[in-house]
Amino acid sequence: MLYAAVAAGSFRRYATYRIATASGVFTNTVFGFILAYTYIALWTERPHLGGYDLPQALTFVWTGQALLAATGLLIGGGMDELQERIRSGDIAVDLYRPADLQLWWLAADLGRAAFQLLGRGLVPMAVGTLVFPSALPASPVTWLLFLVSVALGVVVGFALRYLVALTSFWLLDGAGVSMVAGLMCLFFSGMVLPLNVFPGGFGEVVRLLPWSSMLQVPADVLLGVHEGVGAARALAFQAGWAVVLLASGRLVQSVATRKVVVQGG
Amino acid sequence: MRSGTGDTVRGPEEAGAVSHDPEESGAVGRGPSGGEPGFIELDGVEKVFHVRRKAGRLRRVREEVRAVDGISFRVPRGAMVGYIGPNGAGKSTTVKMLTGILVPSGGRLRVAGIDPARERTRLARRVGVVFGQRTTLWWDLPLRDSYELVRRMYRIPEAAYRRNLERCVELLDLEKLLPVPVRQLSLGQRMRGDIAAALLHDPEVLYLDEPTIGLDVISKAKVRGFLREVNAERGTTVLLTTHDLTDIEQLCRRVMVIDHGRLVYDGGLDGLHAVGRSERTLVVDLERELPPIEGVPGARTVKVEGPRQWLAFPAAQSAAPVVSAVAERYPLVDLSVREPDIEDVISRMYADNTAP
Repeated sequence: MLYAAVAAGSFRRYATYRIATASGVFTNTVFGFILAYTYIALWTERPHLGGYDLPQALTFVWTGQALLAATGLLIGGGMDELQERIRSGDIAVDLYRPADLQLWWLAADLGRAAFQLLGRGLVPMAVGTLVFPSALPASPVTWLLFLVSVALGVVVGFALRYLVALTSFWLLDGAGVSMVAGLMCLFFSGMVLPLNVFPGGFGEVVRLLPWSSMLQVPADVLLGVHEGVGAARALAFQAGWAVVLLASGRLVQSVATRKVVVQGG
Repeated sequence: MRSGTGDTVRGPEEAGAVSHDPEESGAVGRGPSGGEPGFIELDGVEKVFHVRRKAGRLRRVREEVRAVDGISFRVPRGAMVGYIGPNGAGKSTTVKMLTGILVPSGGRLRVAGIDPARERTRLARRVGVVFGQRTTLWWDLPLRDSYELVRRMYRIPEAAYRRNLERCVELLDLEKLLPVPVRQLSLGQRMRGDIAAALLHDPEVLYLDEPTIGLDVISKAKVRGFLREVNAERGTTVLLTTHDLTDIEQLCRRVMVIDHGRLVYDGGLDGLHAVGRSERTLVVDLERELPPIEGVPGARTVKVEGPRQWLAFPAAQSAAPVVSAVAERYPLVDLSVREPDIEDVISRMYADNTAP
């Protein structure tokens, strides 16, 4: 099938960047250590902050590092490649092919994420678990649910970045939008601090935003915060955002291509 | 909307140089059987863009740009036609409308009986496109992977795929390149790779937008040889956009010239030279500085620089009598002949066209 081949090709493509992968692993690990010590300081001062004990907080840190590249927490701003193709007009080549633009890029992004989960995620997670106390689950069911949750998180991340990238059809330079979107993603995904430490109405709201699907929800599934019906509800929450965002992407895409087709971009 | 064929387009018959009708001259291989509809048909096709232009500190003026301004032509199945014109003439816009990426603002356009803008995807399966400046290949992966993707995208049956790939590999000399990541290919290699990618699904029509741009002589020859073969053997209809007049000379018997969005010429290449009053230049190096050469029939001296002189003569005329006339009466050391520049020919044609 075409899109499976696109995903596989994308996986192989990222696998060719060996030095980038190695330096990414190193960066993730160092970044993880810094965050881990910060969290240790914080949770020692305020035990059970956000309902996590210290091992859970540390596992949250390393889950974040493992998902950083895969769900695109740091590249939350956009899709450089797609934006560049729109800007340069190469998108014309993509449009005349008998393939769906969004599905094509989604497949490519899933391939990328799969490689990065393995290539850039496993090592920092393993190092972090060996060096610091951790709260990893023993149940294979929890791990399975976690993987489904990560996959949904990847799709939500893609759908958000796709929307950002499509703004290039209207803006000559998408850098500004990308930066704002990147910062929002960094904060609202829980990358800076777990979203459950935010109290009151603000906390309620940030936990309902789509970005929480990219880290907070998968981490909570792994930590066993969501169990049974709770886990199902968490996955449904992610799937809901995935559908809404992909559908918006489709809508914006059809407006954008109509604009190009009629006006010539 | 204008009809396009009448007053604006000048065929060779007007120039009196070529006798055949432009429709016929375009048909390489199969001739148009009487009244057969064109495979590609354009009737008064227009494309108008609206751009906003700054006209003061805050004021923006909406301006109309007529990129394609009423073009009509027919290309029969199996023809190989050159489509030329200066930058910004509307060539690429036309190709984009033919692929369905752009919707015409007016007129009627059909490719194989299909309205491209309406049924872009259905048509895409029957069309191959090569944009010389853009690539459809996957940058970081071996060339072979891109072809596998094309196979899936166009759902090419295994046997046809293998046969076509083998053929392209042989004729375009791609064997050694298949395992090489596209980013490591030279421009000429990449272009050959792109042309192969556009032909794997047996398209009935091939649009080539500057397929030889930036290529070295050997690569150009390879690409041209391949295109000639594809056209002759499979009867693939080819529309070739180029800056390189040699492409046209070697491949197309019919050429269409577009300028400022209008078709200004449609006919044989010789007729184009006659219409454009194009001239070749004979550059001669004499033994010493001499006054401008005179008395050479059909030629006139246009420039003198020390012992070197430039003589212009009509492109349709043979260089031999000019050379012998000069050699007979002047101490000739060396000489060369320069071919006319397509841009000059076209700009002269356009100047004529706008004059009342």
